[in-house]
Amino acid sequence: MTDATVNISAASFRPGTSDAEIEAAAAKAAVNRRRTVIFWRLAILIAFLGLWEIAGRMAWIDPFFYAMPSAIAGRLYEWMTEGTSEGPLWYHLYVTMEESVLGFVTGSVAGIIIGVALGRNRMAADIFSIYIKVINSIPRVVLAPIFIMILGLGLASKVALAFVMVFFVVFHNAFQGVREADRAMIANARILGASDWQLTRSVIVPSAMSWIFASLHVSFGFAIIGAIVGEFVGSRYGIGLLINIAKGSFDAAGMYAAIVIVMVVALGAEYLMTLVENRLAKWRPQPLHETQ
Amino acid sequence: MAVEKTAPAIELINVSRRFLSPTGKSLTAIRDFTMTVERGEFVAVVGPTGCGKSTTLNLVTGLASPSAGEVRVMGAPVKGIDPRIGFVFQTDALFPWRTVIENVMAGPLFRAKPKAEAQASARDWLARVGLARFEQHYPHQLSGGMRKRVALAQTFINGPEILLMDEPFSALDVQTRVLMHEELLRLWSEAKASVVFVTHDLEEAIALADKVYVLTAGPATVKSVYTIDLPRPRVVADIRYEQSFIDYSRTIWANLKEEVETSYARAAA
Repeated sequence: MTDATVNISAASFRPGTSDAEIEAAAAKAAVNRRRTVIFWRLAILIAFLGLWEIAGRMAWIDPFFYAMPSAIAGRLYEWMTEGTSEGPLWYHLYVTMEESVLGFVTGSVAGIIIGVALGRNRMAADIFSIYIKVINSIPRVVLAPIFIMILGLGLASKVALAFVMVFFVVFHNAFQGVREADRAMIANARILGASDWQLTRSVIVPSAMSWIFASLHVSFGFAIIGAIVGEFVGSRYGIGLLINIAKGSFDAAGMYAAIVIVMVVALGAEYLMTLVENRLAKWRPQPLHETQ
Repeated sequence: MAVEKTAPAIELINVSRRFLSPTGKSLTAIRDFTMTVERGEFVAVVGPTGCGKSTTLNLVTGLASPSAGEVRVMGAPVKGIDPRIGFVFQTDALFPWRTVIENVMAGPLFRAKPKAEAQASARDWLARVGLARFEQHYPHQLSGGMRKRVALAQTFINGPEILLMDEPFSALDVQTRVLMHEELLRLWSEAKASVVFVTHDLEEAIALADKVYVLTAGPATVKSVYTIDLPRPRVVADIRYEQSFIDYSRTIWANLKEEVETSYARAAA
């Protein structure tokens, strides 16, 4: 039983209570529990924003540096309705998303393919592991200026940066997932008649899938980081550029507004990923309380 | 071809198998191991825990090759994985992301049978092991005994001529285990396969097998072979109360006990 299981003490029922009554009580307790969670989540958010607003208005903190929720909301509204100084907000968002998604897709596909290939081939893994370690030790963001120098101010340099941010995370998990695949299961498949390719496709990859998904969850965030850092260093469009311009004009509200946009996008992507994962992983045991 | 017909199902002739330990030392799992399994024969292999029982099975499958000696299957030396062999594992080796029927279909599909044929055959085997209603379940939704039945169906669907079983029922509770013994004997008598059944449970070995091989404490070699002359068909649940069963049990245990004690003393040392 997990800690989220609803506990009803036996004492609250008189002897002879029917199952239906107990179930109804359990369902009610579950609803109450969910309401409590939502209430506290909202309460904390409101308290945080409220304190920030008050602290700004009472000049406990300097709104010039820390902005205020109302100013940020105002800037967001202005960007959405009138556009930014650099053109429509939606276009900047579109550019950043395009860079992130392209980097994410190419990086994760390459990471999965190379991770699975090296995971299956011990010799190749031993040979290449040293190079992967070396390259992996480079802090990815220092590559930004190099990519921009080579690939220019446009899309390609940001995609390349997002790619390297994503690739190593996914590669690492795919590799590990392949290595962790159950020995007995592999032997079983081989004796049942699976060829090497069938083994990879229908046993190794599915069993590495939960590892791979764990990395995909974090790596879309990394793709966004790659795109935005690339935009900081040099670009004509994108959310990173908006932050850079806001910084240049000491527009604290603008910087925070850009952060809010990125947060919303990243959370949305995370949500989509969870939906996809749940569809693919319907074979996994569900905790009892979720079936209610 | 004439040789093929008369040759025993499995022969291990003076086989040894050594491993390199991670520290580079050579470990001998089995040495000078000789065993013959006739066509249609049910052989049980008992020995102390960790003596190298499973290694003998891996040599027959071709997943491992002998360091010395010869392993022959149906009269021919083992080269790679033989399609006539089926293997039931000790641990759960089902694919958890596939439904029960997809698990059973795996063998025929790997062997490039058409999907419809594989599906029909899988339905048939699921009905035979009494799981027709559970086709669309996932393994985690089944009990341990039911998962073992799926594993049996998954193995038998390929029509193996040789069935290797590595302590297949050791994780089950006693009542379920007896039911699985009955199930296995029924399937075996229909399929006419040769069986090597590795176990540490002597009573299980006597109840099921035609011959019981007793192995020494590692490195394993054959200590003695007993022919079990109990009439078939056997009712596993009742057979253990018969006098001849008890006699076999007492004789073989006296022999096996020394090895178990040696193995235990070594582990304690």
